[in-house]
Amino acid sequence: MSTYKKPIKAQLVPVERGLLYAFLLILVVICVTPFFMMLVNATRSAAQINSGFTLIPSSHFMENLNSIKEQANINLYNGLKNSAIIAFSATVLTAYFSSLTAYGFQFYNFKGKNFLFAMILLMMMVPQQLGMLGFYTVSAKLGMLNTFYPLIIPSVANIFGVFFIRQYMASVIHMSLIEAARIDGASEITIFHKIIFPLIVPATATITIMAFIANWNNYLGPLLILQTNNMKTIPLLIGSLKGARVAQNNYGALYAAIALSIIPILIIFVIFSRYIISGISSGGVKE
Amino acid sequence: MKKRDHYGYIFIAPFFLVFFVFLIYPVLLTLFYTFTDFKGFGEYNMTGLANWQRLFTDKQMGVAFVNTWKIWGMNIVVQLGLAFILVFIFSDIVWKIKAVGFFRTLFYLPNLITLASVSMLFRILLDENHGAFNQVLFNIGLIDEYIPFLARPFTAQAAVALIQAWMWFGNSFLFLMAGVTGISKDYFEAAKVDGANRFQMFGKITLPLLKPIMLYVAITSLIGGMQIFELPLLITNGLGAPKDSLLTMVLLLYNQAVRFTNFGYGSTVAYGIFLITIVFSIIAYKIMYSNKKQGGVN
Repeated sequence: MSTYKKPIKAQLVPVERGLLYAFLLILVVICVTPFFMMLVNATRSAAQINSGFTLIPSSHFMENLNSIKEQANINLYNGLKNSAIIAFSATVLTAYFSSLTAYGFQFYNFKGKNFLFAMILLMMMVPQQLGMLGFYTVSAKLGMLNTFYPLIIPSVANIFGVFFIRQYMASVIHMSLIEAARIDGASEITIFHKIIFPLIVPATATITIMAFIANWNNYLGPLLILQTNNMKTIPLLIGSLKGARVAQNNYGALYAAIALSIIPILIIFVIFSRYIISGISSGGVKE
Repeated sequence: MKKRDHYGYIFIAPFFLVFFVFLIYPVLLTLFYTFTDFKGFGEYNMTGLANWQRLFTDKQMGVAFVNTWKIWGMNIVVQLGLAFILVFIFSDIVWKIKAVGFFRTLFYLPNLITLASVSMLFRILLDENHGAFNQVLFNIGLIDEYIPFLARPFTAQAAVALIQAWMWFGNSFLFLMAGVTGISKDYFEAAKVDGANRFQMFGKITLPLLKPIMLYVAITSLIGGMQIFELPLLITNGLGAPKDSLLTMVLLLYNQAVRFTNFGYGSTVAYGIFLITIVFSIIAYKIMYSNKKQGGVN
């Protein structure tokens, strides 16, 4: 390339640019094709799927979904409901307690503060699998197996949430604001609820979306804790279809079930992608 | 400590209560189980280091270790390769490629989808009888007969690795690109004036300045890669088929603990995976910060 003279090089730029856009679009196609195939096949009958792939959707989506309920006796809508209850509750706890904990760490000087913060940062490095068997027996001892509690309560202690919101507080909230509120006679908890919480909404919103998606997608936790079909979350039900006969005879039904499990996340992604992407990038840079 | 500083304790108390009960205590309890023959319920005996001895002589653990690394290795080459190509393209000051936001959003999409659904989706897309991939490849004439992707050890491992890469390259790209936007444009302009070509700029400016983020991406990917579980559990029979090729370390841990009700040994496998992860994270750190001339994962 370096042997070309300058004018030729400059002429080449538009051609190169065209090729690069083509490459990028191919990557986009690779990213969405599996989902596209899923959506098309979710609408086709077993016979249509067995006869080959086409790009044209058919009209069997509801029929496919119903056959999961009728033949495998798995209620996917109940799974969606369970997932929603767990993900919503867990997310609310994460949003509130991450902010409260971050506030406690950022604006009060108590003994052992740095030690405690270092300890939670250390735990951020520990993968979920390390404590999972202990987590199971703790839940069993508390009588919480096959309930939603072990999947919701731990969200009070979301390490990344505290870390992320504390960073944000440090950059937007000044101590003088809190001092002023104190002079006006506001109590400590009122200051947090009425003054601080509204100011950190951008950071809390990012954590809310990320926590919701993480809880919605969680598989290992529910797999250990939830035992009966009426309590299972949507990812667990999708996984349990592996052994179901309908999933082996009727791929249309399986595609439809998978599509149903993915659609809520796709909707959230379409609405909130801006927050998700910026949350991830900024979280990474600060670490 | 001022008078009102004790409110700090009150505000962090709920966090720490839950933190100790559901995070610290389970991790310590799991460590304790490694010295027992606990089944997950009922009575147990102390067994000393028996589980640990078994861990180091267990052929299955050896197989799982090699499989996990093979899958992660294939994945990371594709994942980081693509991410670096994208960074190279988007950071170039002559090409000026637009719409970064659009592309990075779509590249990130596969990462957000429920892993259980992704696993089940590829299980049927790659099916040897009526899988859409085989049908499409056959229709466009790339193959003469359907390939049993998930029934052959190598293609099964490659499939899982490529699915992982597909899910994570957008994430790696996002992190690396966030680092690139932090690099002053002046460096590139100055290098251009000095007659540097784009490969020199990428190698001498972009890569060295991205080093901390590269380390972060490498280590988080390693931690995630060592934990690979849902895909090998759901994409074939859940026991590591075909021929144990998808038996990964966490799948072994899960099967030992849940299927064979051996919490003692399962816990030891969990700690084994953790130790392996720490050791290799330290090695990754050392490699990155001792290599003075180029500073690349490659």
